[in-house]
Amino acid sequence: MTKDNQLLGFEPAKLTKRLVAGASCILLLSILASLMLGPVSIRPDRILFEILDRIPGISIDSGLSQVEAAIIWDVRLPRIVLGLIVGGLLAIAGASYQGVFRNPLADPYLLGVAAGAGLGATVAIVSGATNGEGMFDTLPIAAFLGSAVAVGITLAVGGAVARSTSTASLLLAGVAVASLFTAIQTYIQQRESTTLRQVYSWILGRLSTSGWDEVIMILPYAAVSVLVMIAMRGTLDVLAVGEEEALSLGIRPERVRWLVIGAASLAAASAVAVSGLIAFVGIIVPHAVRLVVGASNRIVVPLSLIIGASFLVLTDLLARTLQSPAELPIGVVTAFFGAPFFLFVLRRSDGII
Amino acid sequence: MSTEAANTNRADMIVCENVDKWYGDFQALKDVSATIAEQEVVVVLGPSGSGKSTLIRCINRLEAHQQGTIIVDGVELTNDLRNIEKIRSEVGMVFQQFNLFPHLSVIDNVTLAPKWVRKMPKAAAEKKAEELLEMVGIPEQAEKYPGQLSGGQQQRVAIARALAMEPRIMLFDEPTSALDPEMIKEVLDVMKDLAHGGMTMMVVTHEMGFAREVADRIIFMESGEIVEVGTPEHFFTNPTEDRTKLFLSQIL
Ligand SMILES: Nc1ncnc2c1ncn2[C@@H]1O[C@H](COP(=O)(O)OP(=O)(O)O)[C@@H](O)[C@H]1O
Ligand SMILES: [Mg+2]
Repeated sequence: MTKDNQLLGFEPAKLTKRLVAGASCILLLSILASLMLGPVSIRPDRILFEILDRIPGISIDSGLSQVEAAIIWDVRLPRIVLGLIVGGLLAIAGASYQGVFRNPLADPYLLGVAAGAGLGATVAIVSGATNGEGMFDTLPIAAFLGSAVAVGITLAVGGAVARSTSTASLLLAGVAVASLFTAIQTYIQQRESTTLRQVYSWILGRLSTSGWDEVIMILPYAAVSVLVMIAMRGTLDVLAVGEEEALSLGIRPERVRWLVIGAASLAAASAVAVSGLIAFVGIIVPHAVRLVVGASNRIVVPLSLIIGASFLVLTDLLARTLQSPAELPIGVVTAFFGAPFFLFVLRRSDGII
Repeated sequence: MSTEAANTNRADMIVCENVDKWYGDFQALKDVSATIAEQEVVVVLGPSGSGKSTLIRCINRLEAHQQGTIIVDGVELTNDLRNIEKIRSEVGMVFQQFNLFPHLSVIDNVTLAPKWVRKMPKAAAEKKAEELLEMVGIPEQAEKYPGQLSGGQQQRVAIARALAMEPRIMLFDEPTSALDPEMIKEVLDVMKDLAHGGMTMMVVTHEMGFAREVADRIIFMESGEIVEVGTPEHFFTNPTEDRTKLFLSQIL
């Protein structure tokens, strides 16, 4: 973990600006590609005109048919925006967890987020409460509540034991809570085997949307959690120097940890609620960022947000075009790329992690 | 150097009264009372395990004492978090192991806490950091990374990092014990400059030369107790306690 990094010989401040600029370009290109490609291909110039046309005070004829315009505004764009938010949330939550736990393998689902959401979603599906009507669909709400309960139990149990210097008990509590919730979820799922397919399709992760409802639903949580994590990123670096040094420099490590863990869990739970379990994004994106820029949270946290967003938009593009018109679950695509990358990183860093 | 008589005119920066500290059943501080005046430099001597670290760690509340009072710059240390925060912002600490953040340059290590804890503007924090690196004698290393510096240089960065928070008191816990002999002097020189600049300092060290030359007073501890307090002259030439004499005979 303590790989020395001279930041490729650039002055760090300048390098950061360049990296953010580069990452933003990748992001814009991913968005454009996703708008263009699909069962119906749309020319990029027309997309640009169409978007310009929507800006107040500008009027350009994009030459798109009404159907094409609807595909852009009501089908592709909401899904892209949801992908941006979910990918960004998972990656920034992973980066923050990794900073707090000082463990590069910490995953945003770590403290029971995934298992809790799984149970919540299963209960919603089995009880037939999901009506598939976007914003008022109970599935994401149930999944979110499940995550919140699971993480709450983990923090209450693990945090009570975890005195300032130890995060191990928090992690162990997370493992125990996750097992318990998964056991209950499996039990319910087996009893109601007619809904197995639905449960599995949720677990494998997907970004299908019905208009803008999902986006609107998670936007407030996404905004709050991201703001907290961004604001705390430098404090995480101070904490990384050492508990006592941080204390003597005027930081309250406990408070920092609670804030960051809380924000990261909220981010992960919101993402999971609308997209199911999308594996690996929270680990591989921050990891890839760290390989390039070194391990300063100050830089890794915000860059993970941008790269995570692009990554998920691109994988979703693959998920919906590879077997078009059928869709692959996006979790399958991220695992397909993520797992080998992960093994590669493990191999490279053996002894370091 | 001020004498004890001169010190009486100065405000008390650190007051410990009848402080007791236990780790479980083990009593690490026994009825410790000491007063340190503004701008005074006090060196704490004593054999290993005598409670020196415990004492200075209690002073910025890295450890909590159980009985007695500790008052730092007029604020009593209690469980009140606001008090603790106030004290920590006035007290800088330098440890034996100079943990710097390996992924940040020297200047970023120094500006990190001012920027993120104090919310100091970037330009002001950097200007201050440059001055401090100048003061500790390594202005040319600002853009390097900790891994590229010697131990003595890293410890000087750690001193600059603590000073960047503009403390009124500096605590040092064996700041040169992890260093190769040839690097000890450069660190002690920085501490000497700091003392001459009027910083209130409490220094745990085994460097007798530093104690003799820089200390206003020496506190000698053993088994959790303060055995003897006095000027270096008194301490090294004319100690009153037998335990002090024994200690001195072993190290000198
Ligand atoms: N966290 C701790 N828990 C239990 N005992 C401790 C702890 N820290 C120090 N001690 C004990 O307190 C005594 C004083 O330690 P310390 O203040 O570190 O001594 P010094 O700095 O003079 O070498 C030692 O006997 C040590 O073993
Ligand atoms: Mg000690």
